[in-house]
Order: sequence, then C-alpha cells, then structure tokens
Amino acid sequence: MVDERPLFGPRAYLLLVRMWSRSASQYRVSLAFTGFAQMLVASFDLISIAVIYTHVQTLAGFTFAETLYLYGTTRLAFAASDLVASGIESVADSIRLGTFDLVLIRPVSTLAQVLADQFTPKRFGKLIPAVVTLVWALTELPLHWTPAKVAVAVVTVLTGFVLYCSLWVLSGCISFIAVDAREVANTFTYGSEYATEYPLTIFGRPLGLALTFVLPVAFVTWQPSLYVLGHADPFGLPGFLRFASPVIAALLAGLAALAWRGSVRRYRSTGS
Amino acid sequence: MRVYLTAARLSLRRYLTYRSSAAAGVVTNTIFGCIRAYVLVALWKERPEIAGWDLSDAVTYAFVTQGLISPMGIFLSNTELGPRIRSGDVAVDLYRPVDFQAWWLSLDVGRAIGNGILRSAPPVLFGLVFFPVRLPAEPVRWLEFAACCVIGYAISFALRYTASLVAFWTMDERGIATIISTAGMFCSGMLLPLTIMPGALGTVVQHTPWAAVLQMPINVLLGTQSGGFGYALAFGSLWALLLLGFGRLLTSSARRKVVVQGG
Repeated sequence: MVDERPLFGPRAYLLLVRMWSRSASQYRVSLAFTGFAQMLVASFDLISIAVIYTHVQTLAGFTFAETLYLYGTTRLAFAASDLVASGIESVADSIRLGTFDLVLIRPVSTLAQVLADQFTPKRFGKLIPAVVTLVWALTELPLHWTPAKVAVAVVTVLTGFVLYCSLWVLSGCISFIAVDAREVANTFTYGSEYATEYPLTIFGRPLGLALTFVLPVAFVTWQPSLYVLGHADPFGLPGFLRFASPVIAALLAGLAALAWRGSVRRYRSTGS
Repeated sequence: MRVYLTAARLSLRRYLTYRSSAAAGVVTNTIFGCIRAYVLVALWKERPEIAGWDLSDAVTYAFVTQGLISPMGIFLSNTELGPRIRSGDVAVDLYRPVDFQAWWLSLDVGRAIGNGILRSAPPVLFGLVFFPVRLPAEPVRWLEFAACCVIGYAISFALRYTASLVAFWTMDERGIATIISTAGMFCSGMLLPLTIMPGALGTVVQHTPWAAVLQMPINVLLGTQSGGFGYALAFGSLWALLLLGFGRLLTSSARRKVVVQGG
C-alpha cells in the first residue's frame, strides 16, 4: 500500500536542504569563495567596532568587551537563523512570477519548502566569526559566572534564533501583500540585526523603547544581556523583562505562524 | 556614439519604471541611514571632534552615503553582464557591432542615473529634517562633488565589469565578485568613514580605488579633503583609467581565447 500522507514538515525541510546543498556544491570554487566572503563581511563589522573603540573607552556607557558580547550573541543568533530560514527571501520572486503555485500543489509543508529554498552551505561562513567573537568577548569580560547567568546566556542565543526566524517568516509574509516591498522586508531582518549589534542606548530613550515594545528586537540580546553583564537598565525598565525573552519569542513565533497561514490563503497567483 | 546614448537612455527608462520598488528601497536606505547615524552620534558624543569632523559632518556622511548606494552600485557585486556570460547569452552581445566595454558602460550608466533620480535625494532630505545634516551652499562645492561622483562611478563600474568578466574563465563569477564587493564595502567607507581609521589601516584604505567612490566625493562636499579637490580628482582619475584599461585588456583576451558556454 502506498503511504500518501504528506511528509512531516521538518523531515521535508531537511530533505530539501540536502538537495539544494548538493546543487550548490556543483560550483565548488564559487561556493568556497562565497563562504569566504560571508566570513569577510562579519570580520569587517568586527574591525569597525574595534576602530570605534580606538577613539573612545566607552560607547553609550558600554565597554569594548561588553559591546563584543552584544555583537557576538546577536551575530550567532542571526547567523543561525540565516542558515535555517533566509531561503524565504526568494518567496517574493516566486510570487511575482507565479511559481508559488508549484509550492502549493506539492504535498509538503509550504513553510518547509520556502525556508529551504536555494539553501547554500556558504551560510556556514557567517557562523565562524560569530563564534570567535563570542569566545573573545567571554575571555575579555570580567564576569563572575553563576549557573543562572550561564543559563540566561545560552537561552539568549536560542531565543534570539527563534525571534530572528520569526522575523524572516514575517518578512516573507510582507511579500504577499506588496510584492515590490522586498527591500522593506530587509529592514525587518537585516535592519533589526544591525540595530541590536550595538548597545540599545545609542538610539536614545524614545526609539529604544519602541525597539523594546513595538518591534521587540530588544529581547534578542539587549534585555537578557543586561542581566548577564550585570548592567543596570539605562532606560530604567522593570527587572522581570531581563527574563521575558522566551515568552516574547514564543509570542512572535506564534504570530509568524498565523501570519504565514493567512498569507498563503490570501495568495491568488498571477494573472499571466 | 549615438548607439551608446540610445542604449543608456533605454536602460534609464527601464530603471525609471520600477517606482514602487524604488520607494521600498528608499525607505530601507533611510532606515539604515538612521541606524548608521545613531552609531556615529554615540561616537561623536564621547569625542566632539574626530579627524577634523564634528557631529554634523559625521551624520551628513551617513546620509549622503546612503543616498549614493544605489547609483554607485555599492551593493551590486556585478553588472548585468555576469549572468549573461554564465547562461551563454553573451554570444549575442559579442555579435553586436559596438565596443563591448562601452556598450555595458552605457547600460550601467542608465541604471545609475535612473537609481540616482529615484533614490538619492530622500535619505539626505530625511537627514536634513531629523538629524543635524549640514550641506554647503556654494555651487562650486556641488560641482566639484558631482565631478568626484562621476569619477567614483567610473571606478565602481570598472571594478564590477572586471568582476563580471571573470565568468569567461571560471564559469561562475559570483564568488570572486562577492569578495570584491565585500572588500569594497569596507574600503569605500560604507561601514565607517575611512578618515577615522587609525594608523596603517587608515593609510591603506585611503589609497585603494574604493576611497574615491564614496569617501572622497563627500570629503570634497564637506571641504575636508586633504590636498583639496585637485588631489581627489587626480587620485580618482588615475585609478579609473588604470581599472578601465585593465578591463579592456581582459575583454580583448576573453574575445580571442574563450569559448562561450551554452547550447
């Protein structure tokens, strides 16, 4: 008897990732170069932060090691989400061309298909500098580690990963409403990553609060890291928010799942 | 000559068509401009003057560079030639009775002007309203700035064109093109102004061709270029000629030696 149940989502995702990886590794040299380029991008970011700290001791109240920690956790969470979920960027093209129809007729989860789309192993290149930075930050920081701090630090990266994945999915949903808005969708993903690389205090109080309560990117690294670094909240927000990241991540992931379902239902294909 | 002008005009018209996508790009570039400006504001708050620039100069830099991203093709690692070599469509281009490099330059000039018209002003205007962006009033400064931009654009094109040609030999130019554009992003001052980079790093980055793409035009606009407009002009022209010349050499050797792929 033929089993006609659709493939389990995560399993389908892994199969598709394997397929795309094999496709990408046909151009071996190019793959090595683009992977290297990804490493280079992160390294230049790091040099920029180091250059800033050649001019000052503290930036918006944070030392070099503290900023490295914020940057490292952000980059690690983002690089992991980029590895897993950035395939969704190409959904805008498949909506514009009408090829999203093909995604719908396959008996496989739509989200698994778009997340795995054009997966390339070059994205591992982003993980390496992120890990190096984080290790560097941890050796530079004069911290007294407690079990609670270790737990919060680990959870920071995990919840950051979930938050960014949710933002990737939400940015994909924007393409269903406005096909041309791909670049605006970029501000949600790359923009919020860029914004959380530095201490949130650089944005001043009103914008800092907006990045906490409207677009909750402050929960990616900023809030839990204040606890790990033993820093008082410069905006004076209540202490329980340091531990609110997992709740926010769960809420945003739920919102992203709902938005994705709504978007797929709304899809009407192209006229041509 | 007329054929190149026509090619540029048609390419310009094509890029002027995508207005909603340009609007989205403007929003994105403006938001990123704000984030970059906030980083610089935080830095200049601690040190009121760095490398001869005050806070106004720094935020002006942030927003003017955001305005120049699209016309200068900072995020483009390539020209439209690259994908055509990869697919083999370039065979048609090689038939055309025109100069190969000038043909692609014309098409890219159309792109740059189209993007400049639609995307350059809004981030700068936003900065003028919400940040202490300060622009000079002297028309001469603006003319000098425009001249530097043209030279910077020529360098950007020459680099992207050469990167595209790599596809003639390696089948896929994207790897090498991405490395060049990534290095270019840092060396053009897209991440931080080159003038605030210390020691040997600062010396090196201020002498690569990318220095003439963003940093020097803005130095000239702000009136802080050491050696003045003359130096920026000479430095940029030299690099532009060298790189365009190298592109020509590579083109002619590709035409003679390389077999086009595709069926």
